[in-house]
Amino acid sequence: MSHLIIAPILLPIFTALLIMLPPIHYSPVRRRWVSMISTVILLILTVCLLLQTRAEGVHFYALGDWRPPFGIILVADIFSVSMVCLTAILALGAICYGSAGEDEKGSFFHPLFQFQLMGINGAFLTGDLFNLFVFFEVLLIASYGLLVHAGGKNKTKAAVHYVVLNLAGSAVFLFSLGILYGTLGTLNIADMAVQVAQLPAENLMLVKSGGLLLLIVFALKAAILPLQFWLPATYSAASPPVAALFAVMTKIGVYALLRVYTTIFGEQAGPLAGMASAWLWPLGLATIMLGAIGVLASQDFRKLVANLVIISVGTLVTLVSLQSSAATSAVLFYTIHSTLVCGALFLLADVIASQRGKAGDRLVPGRRMAQPVLLGSLFLVAAISVAGLPPLSGFIGKLMILQAAVTPMQQLLLWGVVLLSSLMVLIGLSRAGSVLFWRVSGNDAGPERVLPLQSFALVWLLLAAPLMVAFAGPLTGLSYAAAEQMRDIENNITIILADKVNAGDQP
Amino acid sequence: MESLFAGCIGFLTACGVFLLLRGRTFPVVVGLTMLAYAVNLFLFSSGRLSTQGAAVLGTSETYADPLPQALVLTAIVIGFAMTAYLVILAIRARADLGNDHVDGKLPQQDGSRKESR
Repeated sequence: MSHLIIAPILLPIFTALLIMLPPIHYSPVRRRWVSMISTVILLILTVCLLLQTRAEGVHFYALGDWRPPFGIILVADIFSVSMVCLTAILALGAICYGSAGEDEKGSFFHPLFQFQLMGINGAFLTGDLFNLFVFFEVLLIASYGLLVHAGGKNKTKAAVHYVVLNLAGSAVFLFSLGILYGTLGTLNIADMAVQVAQLPAENLMLVKSGGLLLLIVFALKAAILPLQFWLPATYSAASPPVAALFAVMTKIGVYALLRVYTTIFGEQAGPLAGMASAWLWPLGLATIMLGAIGVLASQDFRKLVANLVIISVGTLVTLVSLQSSAATSAVLFYTIHSTLVCGALFLLADVIASQRGKAGDRLVPGRRMAQPVLLGSLFLVAAISVAGLPPLSGFIGKLMILQAAVTPMQQLLLWGVVLLSSLMVLIGLSRAGSVLFWRVSGNDAGPERVLPLQSFALVWLLLAAPLMVAFAGPLTGLSYAAAEQMRDIENNITIILADKVNAGDQP
Repeated sequence: MESLFAGCIGFLTACGVFLLLRGRTFPVVVGLTMLAYAVNLFLFSSGRLSTQGAAVLGTSETYADPLPQALVLTAIVIGFAMTAYLVILAIRARADLGNDHVDGKLPQQDGSRKESR
């Protein structure tokens, strides 16, 4: 059994504890370096884990060597490990940006950030539904702390809404876990898939209600239509590196939806197969439209980016509802692209706001920026990529999405909505860009400049856009492999429950 | 026993949801606490209700399912920590925003401000 799987969880927690020790805690420079170096190590470890997973296929780590289905397990398949890799890349950008000065505006930025990384990595890797709840709570409580980082009225107000909503969501999560455990007798995801397939008819409605309660919870985390109202306020109030990291948090909701409704309630689930698709398809499409309207209606740049996050979530959820390999691989590719670019846009919004003085990131004519060429070209790269125009990564992502629709009805709706929303995003971003960069009053620029660490973070995240095009072949290959592996439920169950099957053979 | 237990959980949940929908932060906190109680009892019942069942092997004729007890314990700890955080946050919001409304402004104050605009 390889111990590498648990490293992405252990490394952040020990880093967080290390940062809180006095010799490091009392020196801002040391805190920053420890945090940044640890994240680089995390990135290296996750890439190793990804290579290992590609070579060995699905493998798992039994905590305390308690064999599944009784013990808690961590499962590494290509999809989950790719998401962990994505988190590490995004986190490195966010931490570097935060280390340029944002981290000193409040206390405990780096420890909270590392705890949140631990929660995110754990949520991606876990193979147990209750453990998923625990990791959700870990990342949430760290995010509550990070959200109010640097203080201020807006942050407190957004945090109250965010905390109350997520606590209510946790209660619903526990209700559904109670129902599912009471009927299926297990919370191991692979074992649940086995139990659902041989479910007695009298428990059918109970399991269905439990499964759909999970849909509510994950819809809240992912910010799908009726439950998305918290997102723009929260994301635009959060301090920039935190907002950038939050770009991956909605994707955890999408990942959980994909995992639960592919593995547990997937094709083998008999009468419950694909029960969420009927909900996710219309809600996803409506979320895309609502996000696109939000982009057009936004009065400031940060809100606009938050609405871009909503669009990406809607797109991903629509893909999840399609339940095919092509759609699942598009989910992975589009997640990587949209998370990195949206994260970069949140950081960019802050740099732009700081150079525009009083006008901030509001879309009104303001002071001339000190570095319009640098910021303008970064904005252009991000905007082209996020709107899905060639030649950058968004275009390939959109292409994969459009190809995932097979029936004429799906094509009509998905193509229509996605292309229309792209047009609206293009209009919204053109308007934002021309107001921010061209409608300037006066000639004197302020003294603010982009710090080296900030520009490194921006370039690091935005490099994804051209690199994902340059290496589109291997990346699409990776996402197809991930989708095939995730949807090969029989094989996954055999690997994870090998001991149980063997034990069952013996008298 | 089942109907009494189910009734209690239902009543607690109803109270929790009602309080959760109130406008001020204190009832919301209390509502979330009640919801957490309801959910803990509910999780406990997912291992089926039985009397005189031991969780440890070799000590009794009948056994209770130990896993829901572990789940409830985890849920209690997490719920407790979250509620504590929410209380602190509510106090901070009271100080920052000048009132204890969830939306950060009193309803009538909002109306008058609109008129003045």
